Amino acid sequence: MTVTVQSRASKQAKRIALWFTTFALMLVMCVPGLWVVLSAFRPNREILAKPPVWIPQELSLVNFGKVFGFGAEQVGIPVGSYFANSLIIALTSTIIALIIGIGGGYAFARYRFRFKGGLFLGLMLFRAVPGIALSLPVFMMWSKLGLVDTKLGLIIVYVSLNVPFTIWLIDGFFRQIPQALSEAAQVDGCTRWQAFWKIEFPLAKSGIAAAGVFAFLTSWNEFALASQLTRSTDSKTLPVGLLDFTAQFTIDWAGMCAMAVIIIIPALILTFIVQKHLIAGLTFGGVKG
Amino acid sequence: MAEITLEKVVKRYGALGVVHGIDLTIAHEEFVVLVGPSGCGKSTTLRMIAGLEDITGGLVKIGGQVVNDLPPRKRNISMVFQNYALYPHMNVRDNLGFGLKIAGQSPAEIARRVTEAADILGLVPLLDRTPAELSGGQRQRVAMGRAIVRNPDAFLFDEPLSNLDAKLRGQMRAEIKKLHQKVRTTVVYVTHDQVEAMTLADRIVVMKDGNIEQVGTPMEVFNHPLTTFVATFIGSPPMNLLPGTIAGQIVRLADGTEVPVPDRLQRFVRDGMAVQLGIRPDDISPVGHGLSQDGPGAEVSLTVDLAEPLGMESLIYTRLAGQEVQAKLYGPRIVAPGEVLAFRLALDRAHLFDAASGKSVRAH
Repeated sequence: MTVTVQSRASKQAKRIALWFTTFALMLVMCVPGLWVVLSAFRPNREILAKPPVWIPQELSLVNFGKVFGFGAEQVGIPVGSYFANSLIIALTSTIIALIIGIGGGYAFARYRFRFKGGLFLGLMLFRAVPGIALSLPVFMMWSKLGLVDTKLGLIIVYVSLNVPFTIWLIDGFFRQIPQALSEAAQVDGCTRWQAFWKIEFPLAKSGIAAAGVFAFLTSWNEFALASQLTRSTDSKTLPVGLLDFTAQFTIDWAGMCAMAVIIIIPALILTFIVQKHLIAGLTFGGVKG
Repeated sequence: MAEITLEKVVKRYGALGVVHGIDLTIAHEEFVVLVGPSGCGKSTTLRMIAGLEDITGGLVKIGGQVVNDLPPRKRNISMVFQNYALYPHMNVRDNLGFGLKIAGQSPAEIARRVTEAADILGLVPLLDRTPAELSGGQRQRVAMGRAIVRNPDAFLFDEPLSNLDAKLRGQMRAEIKKLHQKVRTTVVYVTHDQVEAMTLADRIVVMKDGNIEQVGTPMEVFNHPLTTFVATFIGSPPMNLLPGTIAGQIVRLADGTEVPVPDRLQRFVRDGMAVQLGIRPDDISPVGHGLSQDGPGAEVSLTVDLAEPLGMESLIYTRLAGQEVQAKLYGPRIVAPGEVLAFRLALDRAHLFDAASGKSVRAH
């Protein structure tokens, strides 16, 4: 009897400890985010107040108006262009990375060819190189090619950053689909191409979508390389645009936070989509074992 | 007409030979079972017929036409896979109709033929379910339905029952046999289970190490195995093989026991020949408890080492000529270990194999 009571008590203690740790970790992760979101709706003086004002006294949309150029105070930042640049660059690079990822992932999952292992390892190793380490050589090449401060320049960089990842993820999803399904489709009258589009592609769809969202987020949020390779409204993306709020002696925290929220919202929506897809997975009920 | 012919068919993966030039003709509407242990090349052979594996050498013909270079979709065959390979994202109806849809049939025609196939296999109540919502036996039936709905020249089965439990396997085996009686079509069926081979086949093809060991009706293969491999592979429990030497018309076994050479084999043996005497457990039985009590035989006294009662019969482990052999006792009699019984060897059904080549002496 005492033993069960004791073990129940220790279980309870364990649970409390676990909750506490989780809470502490979540606090560390969430507070900065919360601070940014709160600050987006507060005036500068409240953001900079000492001691800090945790509970906002006045909330308004003034900061957003400022960013978009409405209202009395205006910040001369071309958010519209930045947003368009970000969208074009992130979408285009994601679509290209996905097309290459689907082809490459399928090849790695289904075919045997020479240097397959080495090639795959090479792709993964490339992924291990921090992007910023490439910034100088990329900058030199791009300036020779005239790709600095162009959308195309960034698109190429992001495609090459994302392709190893999309190949890796999509390869995993195709591997989960038994080869017998494609064979059955071929016996049923499909060409290899039809078997791919009608059977294997729909089954890998959630994996492909997940890879796409990850690639999009990488491109959307990337700052280091973009800050090196962009100059003007022709190519500057939203994260780089954030720097526009820093002047020589002052930083417009309120405006910066408002713009950060604008950047975060599409990323947040996409993250919810990816979560659904990753969890949903697929039940491979058609194949036993 | 869909006769399937293999002529000197070879399959190699690089240096590794998997199928070494086999010849086989499967008649129109015939049910042929390829049987053998894993790695014997039976599945590879089936996949070459289906077009899912390249053919390294030789010819595969379906209905007289060489199909070596035709993709699977142009061979007008259908296949049931070991893991069923149902399309997980489609319901049963769409799984069945997929091939017809690809072939460009009208929706009305697809619906008619899907219903027809579902009727034959009792799938009508399941048409709107997805494969994940089906039991193993139901999935198996859907896989068969998908095969028959297209009305192909031949069905190929690749170990279709190996994922089912023993009871269901028995049921499905009967269903496959009924299906073949209803839908008369050429069938090539691969299995490693000799019971499936015996029960289903019009003709059995026993394969080993990429070669065909023997082709024949189930009874031919069972009653007249051409090699020791076939003798021990077909039939359960397997045939006992006892080494011995021919002396005149006598087989002298390892411990000196002498057994007369069966009449029907006398003209095939020579003096001094090293042989293996093959005798099935069913043909070694305690006197009065065997299948055949007349005809030529030999009687020996043997000690029971172990008895496995199976109800109406018991499997007995004993020693004959210094070697463990299995024997069968028919009738509900309890046998105790250590009991000494008079056994009768039904020698008219015994076999003799050349010890060196493993081939039946009849083949020499």
